[in-house]
Amino acid sequence: MASRTSGQLNGPLLTATGVRRRFGATTVLTGVDLRIAPGEVVALLGGSGSGKSTLLRVLAGLDDEATGEITLRGRAAVVFQEHRLLPWKRVADNVALGLSGPDMAERVARALAEVGLAERHRAWPAELSGGQAQRVAVARALVREPDLLLLDEPFGALDALTRLRMQGLLRRLRAEHGFAALLVTHDVEEALLLADRLLVLEAGVIAEELPVDLGPTRSPDDPAFGALRRRLLDRLGVPAL
Amino acid sequence: MTRATAVRPAPVTAPATAAGTPGRPGRRLAWRRSTTPLLLVLGWELAARSGLLAAEKLPAPSTVLATGWRLTRDGTLLTHLLDSLTRAGVGLLIGGGLAVLLGALAGLLRIGDDLVDPPVQMARMLPHLGLVPLLIIWVGIGESLKISLVALGAFFPLYFNTYAGIRDIDERLVEAARTCGLGALARLRHVVLPGALPALFLGLRLAIGAAWLSLVVGEQVNAQTGIGFLMMEAREFSQTDVVVLGLLVYALLGLLSDVAIRIVERRTLTWRRGLRAS
Repeated sequence: MASRTSGQLNGPLLTATGVRRRFGATTVLTGVDLRIAPGEVVALLGGSGSGKSTLLRVLAGLDDEATGEITLRGRAAVVFQEHRLLPWKRVADNVALGLSGPDMAERVARALAEVGLAERHRAWPAELSGGQAQRVAVARALVREPDLLLLDEPFGALDALTRLRMQGLLRRLRAEHGFAALLVTHDVEEALLLADRLLVLEAGVIAEELPVDLGPTRSPDDPAFGALRRRLLDRLGVPAL
Repeated sequence: MTRATAVRPAPVTAPATAAGTPGRPGRRLAWRRSTTPLLLVLGWELAARSGLLAAEKLPAPSTVLATGWRLTRDGTLLTHLLDSLTRAGVGLLIGGGLAVLLGALAGLLRIGDDLVDPPVQMARMLPHLGLVPLLIIWVGIGESLKISLVALGAFFPLYFNTYAGIRDIDERLVEAARTCGLGALARLRHVVLPGALPALFLGLRLAIGAAWLSLVVGEQVNAQTGIGFLMMEAREFSQTDVVVLGLLVYALLGLLSDVAIRIVERRTLTWRRGLRAS
């Protein structure tokens, strides 16, 4: 298992060194080095099967068989591609899962209000739309006041319009709370809209690192945005039409 | 019916319920579905009264009810009923408790699965009612025989449903609970138990059915009390009305226990109604 430390040193929020993971004969991660600074949003791109989600699971501490060293200073919370809400708990109880303390109800209500679902706290997960359920999942992560949000293709299962709204929500929440995030995605546009830095995972290592200097208000219509997108698509092996 | 549902102040579930009603004619046509059973009972009554059915072969339903009333008033029925219920309850508790325990062990732990499941899988091939001769040799013909039979009958359905219920839990939910900081015990309480509960209820209903069946068989072996004894004794004196009454009591016990479980199930699994509505 990857050794995990929660150090108190200054510097990066998350440091991963030499992360390796094999599934039988195939090695998916052959030695990933990764750093995330406090408040930084990093997008992790890569073709399907490149090990993006595997890496995120390792960083989330969900993979007991990976090796390497991971240091996280602070709390992490995860949002998965599927909402993964417990169907037998009402929305508020899902958000409150694993929390304790006297101000719990208040914190849950605040988190739900932040994702715009304050009035749905008594609903069952099955009564929510896909976008609403995913917002509850975001609230469930947010209520833990994470320093690092690990997002595994969090909007991948949503329709295009809902996805745009969710991206806006994430940007707003990040501006308010200042958490760092690792966003696993296969959507180059989404990565360019949300991230400060891009990583491309290829052949089990971080093959390329790319800062995104597009400023706080980004639009796909910006020529610089288009140039960066083209460059990334080339890197990922998608030919121009 | 449809309209009353639609104006209920539950905006999310109401449309789905309203849409579902025409597909379920059961409620609206309840009177039509009860026609044939009522006609059958009526026909039986008439046939018995007119002498078409000999009283010693099959007495009229009214006679059976009258006998039931007589035995209820003098307390006989209640005494025997309580004895039968005790046997069923104790057997169910022993067999069911063991089933849930071993099923959880096999469902949750790999070592439990390797050690517990193979012998249970082998044993389930034995028809447990066929074990009566062996059980008589082992535990005699007294109370322990009846209780053992009930426990055996209740064990298998509950074991398999506990096991399957735990195994069918979505691994991704367990993982999500882990990321929320839930330890093994908390995951058991918040994820595994509620996730396996529908299967547990199904297992319990099947187990209770099997328990009644085992009780019927068990009580025909040298019982001194109980509904089965009442029936066997009545047979010797050709009191067919008491035999039929016993059958009726057994049927009612099965029906009532099933209805009770279903009510508890509906109260406990409220979240599934939301699931069905969507």
